[in-house]
Amino acid sequence: MTVTSASQFLMIGERTNITGSPRFAKALKAGDWNECLAIARQQVESGANIIDINVDEALIDGEATMVKFLNLIAAEPDICKVPVMLDSSKWSVLEAGLCCVQGKAIVNSISLKDGEAELLRRAKLIRRYGAAAVVMAFDEQGQAASRDDKVRICTRAYNLLTSNGFPAEDIIFDPNILTVATGIEEHNNYAVDFFEATRLIKQTLPHAKVSGGVSNVSFSFRGNNPVREAIHSAFLFHGVKAGMDMGIVNAGMLGVYEEIAPELLERVEDVLLNRRPDATDRLVSYADALKAKSGPPGTRQESKEDLAWRSGTVAQRLSHALVKGIDQFVEADTEEARLQFKRPLDIIEGPLMDGMRVVGDLFGAGKMFLPQVVKSARVMKRAVAWLTPFMEEEKKKAAAAGANTRPQGKVLLATVKGDVHDIGKNIVGVVLACNNYEVIDLGVMVSCDKILATAREKQVDVVGLSGLITPSLDEMVNVARELTREGFDVPLLIGGATTSHPHTSVKIAPQYAPGVVHVLDASRVVNVVSALLSPEQKPAFLLEVTKKQQGARADFEARRVERKLLTLEQARANRQSYDWASIDIPRPEFVGTRAYSDVPLADLVPFIDWGPFFNAWELYGAFPKILDDEKVGTEAKKLYADAQALLARIVSEKRFRANGVLAFWPCNSDGDDVVLWADESRSKELGRFHMLRQQAEKPAGQFNLSLADFVAPVSSGRLDWCGGFAVTAGLGVEELAQQLRNAHDDYSAIMAQALGDRLAEAFAEWAHLQARRACGFGRKEDLTNAQLIKEEYRGIRPAPGYPACPEHTEKGTLFSLLDAAKVSGITLTESFAMNPASSVSGFYLNHPDAKYFGLGKIGRDQAEDYAKRKGWSLETALKWLSPNLDEPATAPSGQAAERPAA
Amino acid sequence: METLEQLVRQRIVVIDGAMGSLIQTFRLEERDFRGERFGAHPKDLKGNNDLLCLTRPDVIEEIHGRYFDAGADLVETNTFSSTAIAQADYDLSHVARELNLAAAKCARNAARAAEEKTPGRRCFVAGAIGPLNRTLSMSPDVNRPDYRAVTWQQVTDSYREQTLALLEGGVDALLVETIFDTLNAKAALFSIEEVFEQVGRRVPVMVSVTITDASGRTLSGQTLGAFYDSIRHAHPFSVGINCALGGKEMRPYMQELARIAECNVSCYPNAGLPNAFGGYDETPADMARILGDFAKNGWLNLVGGCCGSTPEHIAAIAQAVKGLAPRPDAERKSTMRLSGLESLHVETRAS
Repeated sequence: MTVTSASQFLMIGERTNITGSPRFAKALKAGDWNECLAIARQQVESGANIIDINVDEALIDGEATMVKFLNLIAAEPDICKVPVMLDSSKWSVLEAGLCCVQGKAIVNSISLKDGEAELLRRAKLIRRYGAAAVVMAFDEQGQAASRDDKVRICTRAYNLLTSNGFPAEDIIFDPNILTVATGIEEHNNYAVDFFEATRLIKQTLPHAKVSGGVSNVSFSFRGNNPVREAIHSAFLFHGVKAGMDMGIVNAGMLGVYEEIAPELLERVEDVLLNRRPDATDRLVSYADALKAKSGPPGTRQESKEDLAWRSGTVAQRLSHALVKGIDQFVEADTEEARLQFKRPLDIIEGPLMDGMRVVGDLFGAGKMFLPQVVKSARVMKRAVAWLTPFMEEEKKKAAAAGANTRPQGKVLLATVKGDVHDIGKNIVGVVLACNNYEVIDLGVMVSCDKILATAREKQVDVVGLSGLITPSLDEMVNVARELTREGFDVPLLIGGATTSHPHTSVKIAPQYAPGVVHVLDASRVVNVVSALLSPEQKPAFLLEVTKKQQGARADFEARRVERKLLTLEQARANRQSYDWASIDIPRPEFVGTRAYSDVPLADLVPFIDWGPFFNAWELYGAFPKILDDEKVGTEAKKLYADAQALLARIVSEKRFRANGVLAFWPCNSDGDDVVLWADESRSKELGRFHMLRQQAEKPAGQFNLSLADFVAPVSSGRLDWCGGFAVTAGLGVEELAQQLRNAHDDYSAIMAQALGDRLAEAFAEWAHLQARRACGFGRKEDLTNAQLIKEEYRGIRPAPGYPACPEHTEKGTLFSLLDAAKVSGITLTESFAMNPASSVSGFYLNHPDAKYFGLGKIGRDQAEDYAKRKGWSLETALKWLSPNLDEPATAPSGQAAERPAA
Repeated sequence: METLEQLVRQRIVVIDGAMGSLIQTFRLEERDFRGERFGAHPKDLKGNNDLLCLTRPDVIEEIHGRYFDAGADLVETNTFSSTAIAQADYDLSHVARELNLAAAKCARNAARAAEEKTPGRRCFVAGAIGPLNRTLSMSPDVNRPDYRAVTWQQVTDSYREQTLALLEGGVDALLVETIFDTLNAKAALFSIEEVFEQVGRRVPVMVSVTITDASGRTLSGQTLGAFYDSIRHAHPFSVGINCALGGKEMRPYMQELARIAECNVSCYPNAGLPNAFGGYDETPADMARILGDFAKNGWLNLVGGCCGSTPEHIAAIAQAVKGLAPRPDAERKSTMRLSGLESLHVETRAS
């Protein structure tokens, strides 16, 4: 939860105040609402904590204008994230505004001007509307100018308000900032009066705040911005010292007190503090001279500030670079450090690890996000790579003396056999390496034998398995079983998109007693591994994990018992049936396959759905809203900018190749199968897709769905058409990623993989558009990318292995019909994962009602039926259908789950 | 006689569960909804659950009774949509006042019956004030972001009428709930204050917001903290979260709310997230475990269920929180709390 908790001075942006901003006045009078919003946004971006809105102008309908502007602001999250100050001299305008703001606003202002009764009446309404109030130092006699009048009127108002229930903390006094240096002697002490009144109010009226309109003080110097800015800065410096809490200022134009030229500052302070009788004359002549020689006020020296950290010691610089993820100077700095430090290792264990500890702490506390951590790791890797040759040298020397340096622990990571997805695993590897664990990454499609052999040979402390597709879950169970058989005792970590705490608890943990831990995401892995490698923490940690897993098993069992499945026969009887005579069945403009090779990446870019890209980096939120998210927005923006830069490079250098193939076939459904015909005569069968049917009991009016229902049955007498596709944008992804990894840039390597996935999905969206156009109905579409992502079009493209048709081997049938390996270069692994990983395949179903659904649990009777249809043994069917089969949880062997520690 | 304020200091108060899910089990038809009185009404009325307070009060009273039997201390009147604005969809704006009176009567009858069944027991009724189907801070038309489908005046008129009728009907508290637009809620709280002033008495005002998704924000875009800052002026008896999410998903927000709230804290989540069929899967044991955990953490003063929860869920929840200490009384701080979509807290600067 981000709360701006301000113990510092608050800036109330004044540029949306018509009386102080000619630009806003012009836009408002011209009805240029976009410009009005731009001004408001600019203030927030310049750091205004609150924005002041004032539309008081003789020719403007105040109530209507206030309402319209507030309503428009309400639709702009980057503006309305901050509170508003409703500013008007007309009560009716203030009240109209109060009816439009959902947040807690400030009303500016009320006062004793019209007497006590009116002050109390308005205060009560303000409280009821839920706002705070600025109370002017103004009474029946007029505006207070002297210190004593200001304090007297504010005290009177305070006592009246608080004794009538108005909360003291919601009172903001404005003791009137009046113009100085006017040439009129009585005005000379105005600033001092304000400072002293502020000090007294803050001391004597508990919880009340003090604010003021700062620009007014320098009104005599209109047209001389450098002098005005200096006056404002100096005024605020003294005002804040006196206890001023907030002020109406031009948020983008506030100078720094310390940076005011000493000569100017002295003259300004002489005026503000009323230090000498000729103060005004001296400032006026200085101001005239200044105006004569300077042009418009210059911009501040940002570039100089940016590199200020370079003036620190080399150790400070290294730490700073790590925490900020700046790799620009790291090699030079590391070399400089190497010459200073006794041993290269001292640099790693000193400044570098210090920096990484800060990173780790901030990440753990949720104050840093994954992309930043990976960038920090990139800096660390580059520094370590620089030092490695020197350490090797040293090691050779040390080996003679028999010394032994060992990292915190060794972690083996692998994506299991049959699976090629490794973005998450790579992220975990980087995070662990940052924390001084030695990571042995065996890559993707790693066989069980190799995992076991490496674990034994390298004497690893932890084994971590990753996978994305559902068959990988079974392979993980298999690895767990083998680890047990071979007598291993190191903990096993499970991670990846399809893995879950329930699955780990029910299927994997019972197979391996020394401990199986599901790791939800990379941010948890360091805590898990450090607990597992600490002899003190490990028993309690594993006991906790085991308990949670027992709970998950009990839940699973309880749910299984509650769940009622229909028999396959009942489910089929409750199928969705259509009046096929009236259904529109478009005939595609081509039959058979159509290949697309080397589709220009630039054509695919507009189809990218960026949402999942941020998820891959563990930043969660909808795109593009995530870019303005209060918590992760800054990092999301940076990540997005980096992604755009790399994407531009990939597109212009043609680093990835996009190949694909689509096809249409004449077809009919036959029970739960879809029969593909060799031609429209329907005399010869080309092949069959075997679909599955939901078996969960449905409420009345809902059906037990199967994808086959969206295809006209043979018995309808009508000929239907369905399609298939396989596309990849992954050719070249692994090469680029490896090249980047070799340059110690894991950040960009992971980014390249994530972009490959996005481009593949974009390709699938693009291809589906071609397919819909080929079927005619797609030509009438006029959809934005957002609508495409939301799939607001006719037809679906379900993929084997996904919820509606979760059985993966159907991909084999699809691929051979498409001749996908030859045409697109995508191959299938033994688990039917597509290689390269950045690939997408599926069926096209055009039925107007076709929709995605989840198969859910199915019964053993359907597995038997499926085995018959596929020509499989029952055993084979049970294996491939196991993720959806409704079967009891594997009973943990007593030893396996109950014993807390190995 | 014991008051709600007294009870909430002694133990965690149990609120009822869903009304709609239970009404469904009665399999009522269009004619049940119409009754004799609305037999010739030109619009379909099936689905206007609030109308049953007039046409099938037996059903509503029975449902309230089942919740009291399950262990609820407090039931909500069946008045979620009993406002002139919400009833306009059915052309029944003119019966809004009657709906509230009838609903209060159903709940009061059930409370009296439950109290008689168990001598010494106190059963409370909260008048439910829903969020309306039109919002004050969002435009229904993307091309006209400044447009509003309803005005402050219409909303406050509507809420005033409802509040007055609920108070006349004898409710013990008012519950402004399922808030997805804070400005609508502020209008409700504004109206309630006006009515309190008009009738010269007050009842506890409960406030419950809906966090719509994992962004942790209301539909109108506020963070939970900003929401609290926006309604704090009303001195609510309790503030809480209900609907949209299950308890599991609410956990971080409940933790946050328990940290910041300066009044009692309530929680009545859905029975999990809706499944593919619009139903809810969390069992009574699931909900009891999750809410029991909240209570053990000291986050709760009032607890119950929203969509998908049943008397069985409430019984399990009541059992789970039994004997657990309520969240301690929180002190009201003197920090200035402002908000837009996000919070801005201003500590007083020393001079």
